[in-house]
Amino acid sequence: MSDLTLLTAAESRRALDAREISSVELTNAYLDRIDAVEPKIHSYLHVMTDIALAQAAAADTRIAAGDDVRDLTGVPVALKDILCTTDAPTTAASKILEGYVSPYDATVVAKLREQGAVFLGKTNTDEFAMGSSTENSAFGPTLNPWGENRVPGGSSGGSAAAVAAREAVISLGSDTGGSIRQPAGFCGIVGLKPTYGRVSRFGLLPFASSLDQIGPFTRTVEDTAIMLRSIAGQDRMDSTSAPIDVPSFTEKFGSDLKGIKIGVAKEYSVDGMETGVDAAMQAALKQLQDLGAELVEVSLPHTEYALATYYITAPAEASANLARYDGVRFGNRIEGDDLIDTYMRTRGQGFGPEVKRRIMLGTYALSSGYYDAYYVKAQKVRTLIKQDFDTAFETVDAIVAPTSPTVAFEMGSRTDDPYAMYLADVFTIPANMAGIPGISVPAGFSDGLPVGMQFFAKAFDESTLLGIAHAYEQAAGFYKELATV
Amino acid sequence: MSLSREDVQHVAQLARLGMDDAELANMQEQLSSILGHIDVLNELDTDAIPPTAQVIALSNVWRTDEPRPSFSQETALQNAPAHYDGFFAVSAVLGGDEGGSA
Repeated sequence: MSDLTLLTAAESRRALDAREISSVELTNAYLDRIDAVEPKIHSYLHVMTDIALAQAAAADTRIAAGDDVRDLTGVPVALKDILCTTDAPTTAASKILEGYVSPYDATVVAKLREQGAVFLGKTNTDEFAMGSSTENSAFGPTLNPWGENRVPGGSSGGSAAAVAAREAVISLGSDTGGSIRQPAGFCGIVGLKPTYGRVSRFGLLPFASSLDQIGPFTRTVEDTAIMLRSIAGQDRMDSTSAPIDVPSFTEKFGSDLKGIKIGVAKEYSVDGMETGVDAAMQAALKQLQDLGAELVEVSLPHTEYALATYYITAPAEASANLARYDGVRFGNRIEGDDLIDTYMRTRGQGFGPEVKRRIMLGTYALSSGYYDAYYVKAQKVRTLIKQDFDTAFETVDAIVAPTSPTVAFEMGSRTDDPYAMYLADVFTIPANMAGIPGISVPAGFSDGLPVGMQFFAKAFDESTLLGIAHAYEQAAGFYKELATV
Repeated sequence: MSLSREDVQHVAQLARLGMDDAELANMQEQLSSILGHIDVLNELDTDAIPPTAQVIALSNVWRTDEPRPSFSQETALQNAPAHYDGFFAVSAVLGGDEGGSA
């Protein structure tokens, strides 16, 4: 076989099971690819070469013996460096955690390990997943494989670029306000934020605990189904993980969308929206109709308030979650004159500018005298945003929208204006506020850069969501277009 | 909404974030600007709307209170910047010399 990195996870499984390739061969193909393209892309913070090759050899033994061979046995994956791993550092791309090695695996990591998946390495991210471009990494930015000097999106930009540049078959990221779907759109691949509670968050370094969710980046929707069923399910280590059965997530795959009602929300069109994105959306809507779907206009009237709601709720939760980084139990410590001074120095020098900005914003929103005006107000608006979706889903099976108002922007073009950066997530945030699943799929190009389109579905109805996304993807065919790196 | 320099210093103290004058000034300007955008929420009358803190239909999640294996002291301390005699070591909070470090 020629270039093994062209195989999807499903194709890799078939080739491994047919003994056409070994996991060691497949893993070496990815390690070679990583060597070749990392100087240009910088998807990874840590490549786990020795561990990956040992896991691959073990997987080959398992496959040869026919011993409990699963979806991802011997398949090389990449992990966002915000997921705890016992055999590689977990830094959240922050100086405060440089060199930290977790004493436990995240539940998703443990599940993949049990399947016999191969861990290629830990991928770059905005520090503590706070950002939309991966430029907030303390260890340097990741570049978009599609365009010179373009950001890959963020925060899971390393995981997105790794799959787009074929430095991994599948990767995992986390999505608090769009951090999987937005970079998937920018990098021309598939990215899924599952329903809140679908996947255990144990061992995911927490950013905003009521919004965070782990999910996959893949080249096809079929691979998304494979990864989702590998990591989903209730976990006693996360009391917010839902006691709901895990299906195959492919049971609604079909070649048409007859009888499916898809909502189109007029609020998902904003000033400053790129014409190329709009054109791609119009073509995609036509494609959905050609597949037999009925397009229905719906209204999500509180969409315009989602960004402001998010920038209270998420920083408030973050300010509490990141209190743990105090230089006492783990992480770097910078000694001061007394304990308080040690905290001030450790945190002041350990965190980067965006993380400090969000901790400040959240602390302010929770502080005495401002709690009702900001934090409680945002929680009330969150109710309205959720009700918008509840009402819309009374009449439609799914909702379609652009993933972002623009394609990947230039490096450095938004770093001086925090709010301009926040606007990159204006279309992805509402799904986190409502807890519903959302998937971004490739929907064409604008000036040579990928355009992402997302679908939303009811909570825990990922099967419908993936069914629709799969039918569109197969008809549109953009998944066949690969970045040339 | 604009924040005063004193507001920013107060919040930085609450958050235990040490910042120099230039950083505080930058923070004052950026936070004021972000809060200005957030003020859009005041357009909405939410007096009769209940708050949403989380979106899942679970309330209390219980488990039996049984001892289970957990980390050894050594493992729990493996990432500590300083430890002493099996404990996390920090500088003295109340004065005196008893808070040693390893």
